[in-house]
Amino acid sequence: MGTLTIGCFPGLVGNMSYDFALKLAEAAVNKGHKVNIWLSGNATGSVKAHQKHLKDYSTGEKYLKALLEKGVEICTCEACTVARGIQKTEGIEKLQWNAMHWYLAKIHGSDRVLQIGGE
Amino acid sequence: MGDVKLAYIVQKPQYKGETSRLAITHAIAYQTVEILLEDGDTVTPTLCFVGEGVLGLQKGQKAMDLYGITSTESHIKNSLLVDLDVLVCKEDLAKYGIPEDAMPDADDMGADKKIKVAPFSEIQKAMEDAKHVLFF
Repeated sequence: MGTLTIGCFPGLVGNMSYDFALKLAEAAVNKGHKVNIWLSGNATGSVKAHQKHLKDYSTGEKYLKALLEKGVEICTCEACTVARGIQKTEGIEKLQWNAMHWYLAKIHGSDRVLQIGGE
Repeated sequence: MGDVKLAYIVQKPQYKGETSRLAITHAIAYQTVEILLEDGDTVTPTLCFVGEGVLGLQKGQKAMDLYGITSTESHIKNSLLVDLDVLVCKEDLAKYGIPEDAMPDADDMGADKKIKVAPFSEIQKAMEDAKHVLFF
C-alpha cells in the first residue's frame, strides 16, 4: 500500500473540485492506502465546525469527520484559515492546523501527490 | 530518503487568483520543512512560471501602497533570498511582449540567486527531474 498526499485548494462551495478531492481520499483510504490532505486557499473555509448541510450546497464537515475517523490526516493552512476569520477554537475537532511546511513534509514521504488546484 | 525534488508549475496569472501566490509561499516553506523531517531529509522545489503564469511578475509593483498587501514582486525577492531556483519561461515572456529585464531581482536584499529566464525545454527538464510536479 502506498501513501497519497492531496493538496486541496478549491473553495467548498462553487465547484465540485473540493468534493472530488474528498471522494478520492475516501476511495484511496478504503483501499488501504495512507492518505494525507492539505487544505489551503479557499478550501480552508471548510474547516469550520457546525456547518449546516443544505442540500443545494456541498458540505465539508460531514466528510472531513468521516475521513478523520478512518485515519486520514487532514491539516489546514493556519494563515489561510485565520485570514478568513476562522479561529482554531471554531474548527472541526482532530483536524490539524499548521504552516505550509506540513504539506511539504507529507509530500516528502509520499508515493504520489495530487494537487487539486483552486480558484 | 534524502532529498525530494519538486517542480512547482505556475500557470495562472498573479493577482487573478490566490493559488498563483500560494505556489510561491508554499515553495518558500521549504526553508522550514526540516523541523518536520528526519535528519538528512530535505525538499527542494523549483519554481517555474509558464503560460499566463508569467504575467504579474514584473518589478516596480505597488500592491502594498495601493491595496495594503504584499506584492508578488516581494514574494519573488524572498524566494531568491532563500536560494530557490526560479525559472520563467522565455518563450511565454516573448509571447506577451514582456522584456526579460523587467523581471525583479533581490540584489538590494543581498540575494545570490537571480530569476532565470529559461526556454521551456529547461522547465520541462525540471519537471522530469522532479519526483512530484505540482500545478498551480
